[in-house]
Amino acid sequence: MSKRVLDINELHTHFFTDKGEIPAVDGVSLNVSEGEIVGVVGESGSGKSVTSLSVMQLIPNPPGKIVSGEIMFKGRDLVQTSLKQMKKIRGNEIAMIFQEPMTSLNPLFTIGNQLIEAIRIHNKMGKGEARQKAVELLEQVGIPRANDIVDEYPHQLSGGMRQRVMIAMAMSCRPDLLIADEPTTALDVTIQAQILDLMRQLNRDLNMAILLITHDLGVIAEICDRVVVMYAGQVVEEGTTREILKDPQQPYTKGLIRSLPDMKAKNQKLYSIPGTVPKPKVDMVGCRFAPRCEYAFDRCFAESPPLYHIGDNRTSRCFLNERDQREVASHDETVIKG
Amino acid sequence: MLIPVLFGMTLITFSIVHLIPGNPAQVILGETATQEAINNLEENMGLNKPYFVQYGIYIQDLLQGDLGTSLRSKTDIAQEIWPYIAATLELTFFAMIFAVFVGTNAGIISAWKQNSLFDYVAMLIALVGVSMPIFWLGLMEQWVFSQELGWLPATGRENSRDPIEPITYFYVLDALLQLDFSRAITVLKHLILPSIALGTIPMAIIARMTRSSMLEVMKSDYIRTVEAKGAGQFIIVYKHALKNAVIPVLTVIGLQTGVLLGGAILTETIFGWPGIGRYVFDAISFRDYPVIQSGILVVAFFFVIINLIVDLLYTYIDPRIKY
Repeated sequence: MSKRVLDINELHTHFFTDKGEIPAVDGVSLNVSEGEIVGVVGESGSGKSVTSLSVMQLIPNPPGKIVSGEIMFKGRDLVQTSLKQMKKIRGNEIAMIFQEPMTSLNPLFTIGNQLIEAIRIHNKMGKGEARQKAVELLEQVGIPRANDIVDEYPHQLSGGMRQRVMIAMAMSCRPDLLIADEPTTALDVTIQAQILDLMRQLNRDLNMAILLITHDLGVIAEICDRVVVMYAGQVVEEGTTREILKDPQQPYTKGLIRSLPDMKAKNQKLYSIPGTVPKPKVDMVGCRFAPRCEYAFDRCFAESPPLYHIGDNRTSRCFLNERDQREVASHDETVIKG
Repeated sequence: MLIPVLFGMTLITFSIVHLIPGNPAQVILGETATQEAINNLEENMGLNKPYFVQYGIYIQDLLQGDLGTSLRSKTDIAQEIWPYIAATLELTFFAMIFAVFVGTNAGIISAWKQNSLFDYVAMLIALVGVSMPIFWLGLMEQWVFSQELGWLPATGRENSRDPIEPITYFYVLDALLQLDFSRAITVLKHLILPSIALGTIPMAIIARMTRSSMLEVMKSDYIRTVEAKGAGQFIIVYKHALKNAVIPVLTVIGLQTGVLLGGAILTETIFGWPGIGRYVFDAISFRDYPVIQSGILVVAFFFVIINLIVDLLYTYIDPRIKY
């Protein structure tokens, strides 16, 4: 197996609000290896964005705070890293792109200005040279007339183009890891496919690992090697994309896959999981999915299921998988990969 | 926009002045004047003509740069008014420099270090600043810095025993043009107290506006993008956030500058500053119609000009704004 780039262990990120403590990320462990594309999927409020922002140490504090856990990146624990060191990592070794290309670029500075800034924060480079690099980056992400676009403002570009600019900016320092937080959600389907193609191409050409946050299983199926399913701040299932899509184990994952529209099944009502994601609370009893689960039985409401290890890099958080387990990873311990 | 606004202004000033009760001819001639003498004077000055004819004459003269003749001093207003305007513009300029520099920086740092001790203290000062009567602040300044400490002069624009040879009537500029640095410093010293008194309210308003605007901007997605690039706090705050936050602040700066131009009477009176506010105020007590009209019109003119500059600055700052 190739080298791990990112290894998150038992991460707890909590928000301290007037209404009490909210464990938005509650013991999440996941990892990304070199050159791998890992998808994190889940509904809104499942903690997937908070997980990604925790990696960048961009959780707004207050109210958010990483309470415990470690985020190992190339042998360093980012949770313990100082802000000064973190600035050197952000944008340089780990880059991030966001959901809203429309609002993610500063409207008052030209594309070139913002790209050149990204380049020059981490590289000693003259303005002219950086500008040349900016044009090259724009060409690399497939922007036509890159030489002109450099001097244009974000509002003069379409959403897809802006997302390409964001990717170009993220690529500027050839990071080891790209975190893409719902990069295609705000785009229409054809543009979505182009952006995904571009990301896969960059992943292959530069051997760059990608952590892709999405709520869209279609996107996962398109480019991810591995999938981590999150629900209410926890990882509920993990496996290769093929395994997850063909043979989901955890009832929530099953529900997600059943909710996908099927071209063959015409005139059928689209399946949806009843209910909504519960607001994570401290000291929740029982399985978090139990109230919405069609397989739930008494034990599910009394105890929290641990993450059962049911194969190579394959886990599921459901009592039904107890008999399939190879090794049990308790709730508090790091998951041991077998 | 400039021309209709100014045209409207002439109409308003003309009407208001004529609606004020009291007869200028009577005032000029005094209480004991005969009715015949008053009628003669009204005839000479055209005061017995219908209002629209009077207005027509007024506009005609105005377009030729003729602001009329002061009833009191019998001199040409266009010439007489300039030193007063220059005095007010100079004071406003320095007051706004103080207000903008202190106000924006206090607002920026308050937003940056939200809920810190600096934030609380700065916002308390801003609250006190907007609430404090100018005349009281002015008197306190004079008492502390002039009377007790003797650091700064309390009144006037310059040392009256050693006056400056006026060129532009902007005394700082005049002194510098004559390479007379000691006089320039004297003039600047005279400017400090009235500038602070006049600039305190705008400073407080600007500080509060900047803070709230910055807080809004700091939450936006593009600020997160800059953070994710690994930029330092200074670049984030002073480059990316400030440029986005400055537009509403600029509006306030423009409006406040206009307010200072017209509303500096209190400050000018306390500090013995020979500005346009006092010029018009004196004219009102003498029912000197042409001076009142011209004074208000000139203030309105600068108000419009300043707001035009602000509008042009918008387009310079925000490429999405086009006129």
